[in-house]
Amino acid sequence: MSNEAVLHTPSSYAVHDDHAHDHHHHETFITKYVFSQDHKMISKQFLITGMIWALIGGLLSVLFRLQLGYPDSKFPWLQDLLGKFWVEDGRITAQAYYALVTTHGTVLIFFVLTAGLSGTFANFLIPLQIGARDMASPFMNMLSYWFFFAASCVMFSSLFVETGPFSGGWTAYPPLSALGQASPGSKTGMDLWLISMALFVVSTLLGGLNYVATVLNMRTKGMSMTRLPLTIWALFFTAILGILTFPVLFSGFILLIFDRNFGTSFYLSDLYVNGTVLPNEGGSAILYQHLFWFLAHPEVYIVMLPAMGMVSEILSINSRKPIFGYIAMVGSLFAITCLALIVWAHHMFVTGLNPFLGSIFVLFTLLIAVPSAIKVFNWLTTLWRGNIRFTPGMMFAIGFVSLFISGGLTGIWLGNSALDIHLHDTYFNIAHFHLVMGVASFFGMFAGVYHWYPKMYGRQLNNTLAYIHFWVTMIGAYLIFWPMHYEGLAGMPRRYYDYSIWESFKQFAELNRFISTVVIIVFATQFLFLFNFFYSIFKGRKVTNTNPWGANTLEWTTPINPGHGNWPGEIPEVHRWAYDYGKDDREFIPQTEPVGANESHH
Amino acid sequence: MTTTTYLVIAVVALFFLVIFQISKAAEYVSVLKGEEQSRKQTNKVNAFLMLGFMILGLFGVWYCNHLLYNKTLLPLESASVQGERVDSMLWVTIIITGSVFLITQILLFWFVFRYQEKENRKVYYFPHNNKLEVLWTVVPAITLTILIIIGLRNWFYFTGDAPDNAMKIEITGKQFGWIFRYPGKDKTFGKKYYKLIDGADNSLGLIWKDNAEMNLKDDPATHDDIITESTVYVVKNKPVKLIIGSRDVIHDVGIAQFRLKMDAVPGIPTTMWFTPKFTTKEMQEKTGNPNFQYEISCDQMCGNGHYSMRGVIEVVTQEEFDMWMIKQKPKYLAAFPDKDPANKKDSTVTATTVTPK
Repeated sequence: MSNEAVLHTPSSYAVHDDHAHDHHHHETFITKYVFSQDHKMISKQFLITGMIWALIGGLLSVLFRLQLGYPDSKFPWLQDLLGKFWVEDGRITAQAYYALVTTHGTVLIFFVLTAGLSGTFANFLIPLQIGARDMASPFMNMLSYWFFFAASCVMFSSLFVETGPFSGGWTAYPPLSALGQASPGSKTGMDLWLISMALFVVSTLLGGLNYVATVLNMRTKGMSMTRLPLTIWALFFTAILGILTFPVLFSGFILLIFDRNFGTSFYLSDLYVNGTVLPNEGGSAILYQHLFWFLAHPEVYIVMLPAMGMVSEILSINSRKPIFGYIAMVGSLFAITCLALIVWAHHMFVTGLNPFLGSIFVLFTLLIAVPSAIKVFNWLTTLWRGNIRFTPGMMFAIGFVSLFISGGLTGIWLGNSALDIHLHDTYFNIAHFHLVMGVASFFGMFAGVYHWYPKMYGRQLNNTLAYIHFWVTMIGAYLIFWPMHYEGLAGMPRRYYDYSIWESFKQFAELNRFISTVVIIVFATQFLFLFNFFYSIFKGRKVTNTNPWGANTLEWTTPINPGHGNWPGEIPEVHRWAYDYGKDDREFIPQTEPVGANESHH
Repeated sequence: MTTTTYLVIAVVALFFLVIFQISKAAEYVSVLKGEEQSRKQTNKVNAFLMLGFMILGLFGVWYCNHLLYNKTLLPLESASVQGERVDSMLWVTIIITGSVFLITQILLFWFVFRYQEKENRKVYYFPHNNKLEVLWTVVPAITLTILIIIGLRNWFYFTGDAPDNAMKIEITGKQFGWIFRYPGKDKTFGKKYYKLIDGADNSLGLIWKDNAEMNLKDDPATHDDIITESTVYVVKNKPVKLIIGSRDVIHDVGIAQFRLKMDAVPGIPTTMWFTPKFTTKEMQEKTGNPNFQYEISCDQMCGNGHYSMRGVIEVVTQEEFDMWMIKQKPKYLAAFPDKDPANKKDSTVTATTVTPK
């Protein structure tokens, strides 16, 4: 028996005939893989584009970590590879460093953790888990992806312009971002950045409206809102947050475009830049920050909520136990969504904001810790007295909870303005948001990919590679970001190209070298995942069981390789919530099973 | 590229190939051995690793602290009176969040290990419990209220008015450095207008002569303003009020040893005040570092030279300050040498010596 034959021998499970629902219309390559209107294909397009961006964004961070970790070393081979703009005399240039930092942030927050996460899982899970054949508007859904694709192309092209990509930080505060004479990166690179982001906002809105419309209108019979899996609730609130806040960001960008190109003074006043007095008077640079953070704070919840939803689902399934406090979980998602809209100015405590206004934002910001605490305790109670299976998805879900606790607690420090006045914009901040929003969301995303991969491709991933991937990433994440708290407690500012001239911060040279080395190892490990992902699409073991995890939700009632329309026959009817695990001595009771006469109530 | 580079690439590639082959082999073995059995084995291994991760992780937390604690500002007393409050609040917050961290992480990994899959384990169907949920809503809410109260009291103290005896200094950020201005003998900052800024002579745009074109009148208060760059002198135990501005993009006055920072925004002045407790010399002794300086770091991304935008605060005694101040000349006199009484005397002397001829 050849190796391949070993892997692909059907087991004793009944093999479902996934050709039973052959379509009568024949799809061409273009309509099936390129301009597809099938939500499952669109979700894969989002996922793979997101993965490519994650790779680019991660690579950028490796490059700037090389500078931070080895400021005195020379990398002539890097110069051969990247050219003089990026690397001069074997050293990454200051401008390149800032361009790397900026693009790393923009790309990972928007393209990976927004489009790659929400785009993938909202598209994939909403119709499958609520029992719909597709999105409310498949065409808009397709447009959403292609706007994202266009945004990606523009952003990518900005890496190649003569004056370099935008280099003023992902927050793009004017006047720096508004004035080409203040920084070369604010020339053509910034124009492209703004165009790309504008296209991205369009993509997000098209997607978000679709998600909300679908969840509200297209649930199958019996699927009341209170029977929705928590993934759907999370994705639903995410979409609402996006719809409410992205237009505000858009308006902020429009004003910035006007200031840059049409001589207006929305954000500009009293400037003497590079030896020239500018005519602009009366604008407020702080106005931009309000408009920007009105999106960008909810944005961190747009990034977090889908991960929270998926983690809730995966923890429950693999503990073989219902999620604890379903209503409290939905309530805390709702509370987070509401509070997310009224905490934005905690990013602006040290801008000279009115102290009284600041105090209101302290109050709301720390209030968010309450629903977050509820979620953590509910996850812990879900694990308590369960029967835990460590699938790769489950490992990442557990990792998510650990990282969310570690990163979330430091939010209590930074949200308190009197501490923020010391720690703002230091490495403490970097450690905080990378743990709670960056790595934790990534873990949510990995958990989702590992868990739903069998449904996406009808094949299995290699578990050994998955476990290696998990452990190296988990340990690496802590090794990278935990020590950064200490750099922050020394007051070490972020976004510095070189610390060697600073008497107060140069004591961390050795630590920076250590962190950079771990970054390289963790980055390299991600290739195991990428390889596992793409290899298994074609060569992975075929899934032989429609419900490999023994889960209750509707996506596992579809054929192994569902066609466009998801269910070959009638859409199943739902009779119960999604979390009847371990009830009445039964391991799991799918949502489609009617409530029995003798069944116990909860 | 050198041969070593190729060699490194080859080794890494080989390493990945080995990992891949092992993983593939593990998959074959599990299929041949019976998937359920090997899944259960892996499950045990991972449960054990989770527990190991927690134990090693907690050790790592301790070890990291052991290595890095002395490199932070924590072991040093804050150099400002305000910073003491930051520090005490920091410690309260560390204790609260630290205990929550320990409790939740230990519970998480302990549950994960303790409730790993076992053949005969019956899970406890436990969908909700109102008492528990109320408990962990109310307890965090009360704890946070305490932190909010401490925080806001400090916040209003920091952002409140500086005492009347505070020394006022204006600090202006530019790409990439700091300009300081003292009000001079009249204790009043002269007016300025940004359109008068002229790189070398009038770096702040002081209105020190009539300008009909812009309809500006000479402000005599500018005539005694002292301007310095890079280094600013302040007095120990005397409150300092910084009036912060920027000429070009947004900067931030970060003074870590004093535990404070505030943005410098073009067009919108901001303020920050603090009371230094130790002179620079005293700090050099306290830290044992003869090169110690109170550094002003720019904490807001301001362009390609952001990382080099360094200023120095020199904290001295009142006598030393007075000695230093006496030597400073108003910038006005440098811009208009003919208005300098010192120069004037000279010129009259020469004039008188010339006239008899």
